[in-house]
Amino acid sequence: MEAFTVVRGPAAPLMLPDVNTDVISPAHGGRGDLAANAFAPLRYLPDGSDNPDFVLNRTPFRGACMLLAGQNFGCGSSRETAVWSLRALGIRCVIAESFGDIFFGNCFQNGVLPVVLEHAVLARLAAEAASGAPVEVDLTTTTITPPSGGAIPFAVNATRRQQLLEGLDDLDVGIRRRGLVTAFQRSDRNRRPWVYLEGGATRRTAPDGQGRSSG
Amino acid sequence: MRGRTLVDKIWDDHVVVEVGDGLDLLHVDRHYVHDMTSPRAFTALRERGVGVLSPELTFGSPEHSVTVLPGRSEASNPMSETFVPLLRTNFEAHGLTLFDIGSPDHGIVHVIGPELGLTLPGTTVVCGDSHTCTNGGLGALGFGIGTSEMAHVLATQSLVQRRPSMMRITFTGSLARNVAPKDLILHTIARFGADAGAGQAVEFAGPLVESLTAEERMTICNLAVEIGAKIGIVAPDDVTFEYVASRRYAPTGSALDAAVEYWRTLVSDEAARFERDDVVDATTVAPQVTWGTSPAHSIPVDGTVPDPGDAPDDATRRQWAQAMDYIGVAPGQRLAGLPVEWVFIGSCTNGRLSDLRAAAEVAAGHRVAPNVRALVVPGSAAVRRAAEAEGLDRLFTGAGFEWGEAGCGLCPGLGGVHLAPGDRCVSTSNRNFMGRQGKGVRTHLAAPATAALAAVRGYIADSREGA
Repeated sequence: MEAFTVVRGPAAPLMLPDVNTDVISPAHGGRGDLAANAFAPLRYLPDGSDNPDFVLNRTPFRGACMLLAGQNFGCGSSRETAVWSLRALGIRCVIAESFGDIFFGNCFQNGVLPVVLEHAVLARLAAEAASGAPVEVDLTTTTITPPSGGAIPFAVNATRRQQLLEGLDDLDVGIRRRGLVTAFQRSDRNRRPWVYLEGGATRRTAPDGQGRSSG
Repeated sequence: MRGRTLVDKIWDDHVVVEVGDGLDLLHVDRHYVHDMTSPRAFTALRERGVGVLSPELTFGSPEHSVTVLPGRSEASNPMSETFVPLLRTNFEAHGLTLFDIGSPDHGIVHVIGPELGLTLPGTTVVCGDSHTCTNGGLGALGFGIGTSEMAHVLATQSLVQRRPSMMRITFTGSLARNVAPKDLILHTIARFGADAGAGQAVEFAGPLVESLTAEERMTICNLAVEIGAKIGIVAPDDVTFEYVASRRYAPTGSALDAAVEYWRTLVSDEAARFERDDVVDATTVAPQVTWGTSPAHSIPVDGTVPDPGDAPDDATRRQWAQAMDYIGVAPGQRLAGLPVEWVFIGSCTNGRLSDLRAAAEVAAGHRVAPNVRALVVPGSAAVRRAAEAEGLDRLFTGAGFEWGEAGCGLCPGLGGVHLAPGDRCVSTSNRNFMGRQGKGVRTHLAAPATAALAAVRGYIADSREGA
């Protein structure tokens, strides 16, 4: 995973609530790759041409490395293609009022930093960023520097932060914890034996699919 | 000791280790895997040279990409031709249990998991699918995960998660005749908004919930994610235990007795604290239909489309205007009477036997209107068999509905059926997002009875009037 330390550049304001992952990464974009399909329902007009009102179609936000969004960004489907689509567009950081939970988690597995800011702070940042002047997000200091200067502090879970800084996803770390899980399962088997399908699930699937006999 | 919520209790019993900063490594009891979101998870395992830690706790079904029209195979559409063999290969390579198409156990994972007794009260259930919250209807802690997290679960049978804060919604009163649990939850989402449950787990409680069947509770929990909550759950009770007992993978005999004894403890303590604690009166809830592009855009079927001028803030005003433009409705317009081209009855929301019965009751003795193509897609092969055993297939086909094979079908705009831009579809599924059912397709979410009525009338109508 690519590490995240400091990102600086135009931050595109997409200040709509509930921008869902079906919109971020449509299953029916029909344009081949993730980058071309990203945001298709908002980005293209019914005739297939660019929608001039969509922020990522406007200079200087084409190729922006940051997105500013409203409430509940990334709600809906769990599809990680939503984050992959943002990466394909070159977006490394999304700053929003709130996020869909699954999308929020997916960001950290892909070197994308999701930042939550209060409505008023975000609104001021969006107003400043609208000119296309660069915004800087520094994960080492957990601050955002708006075009006019100053520093907006932001909160990020310390473990998540450290993994992003080091470029580690959960699996990189989790593989080392397999022994802990096996130990948990050994004691849990006594507490909750009904969870563990001993002998393998396949063997318990009756060939006629009509279920096993009781007993 | 401070009171604990139902979710706290299940959570505590699954913590393998605290990894710091409020994150827990949580044991996963059941991992469901489907065709669309899994390929790159298996690629990640190959790249890192790790296997599946607990293959006996992993179950799969090709449900998303498969054609749902009769006589299908994986070759019926290009997408399933790619994704189904890929799922098979990955499952064979790791010795995992697949309920393949053609198998009597095939179906939508959130339908077959409960049906087979894999989903049990107090278990953690995850899947690369946001509607995994459906499993909360049986008192399981179910939530959707991304593909990277899937790889983590495959490799370690665990996940790094932050404990959600808790929200409780208590339903009071009772549902009017011909008003379904789907209507109640759509009403609830509209009232609280699509982000009300962000970062939270929602417990649905109260006498009304207790009076619902296990299938109805699953419909309610299915839509918890549309209120922004990753988890929806109902405390398990005798209704749950009766549903679970005798299912194939459920414990039996003394093991079941011991499990039930534990499951009875899975209720929120009196002293448990909820971040949000809301009450919804079900008595006045009417059949719901969505006018826009979020499940929160639900209104009573006899109501009118709102005016963007009345939106609570500027961003919402722009969202409403955009949604109206996309769906092709105007402020003040009534939805009743709006002609439709498609009706879809099915999905993990409303693809169970009781849903098909509710639709059949409306369809009986009528014909699908000439302007409508209507599909009934059972949520699983078992639902399909049970429906056929009581003659629902003949009732539907006799009325001009198409009787499909199990799968997600038109909910994500797949299933080998293509809707055209501008087509209007009344759908019993869970999402009306822009482009969800196909580019430019206009979705109106509704309960099975409302959908069936739209099919026979040819336009959106009030199910309380009957067909």
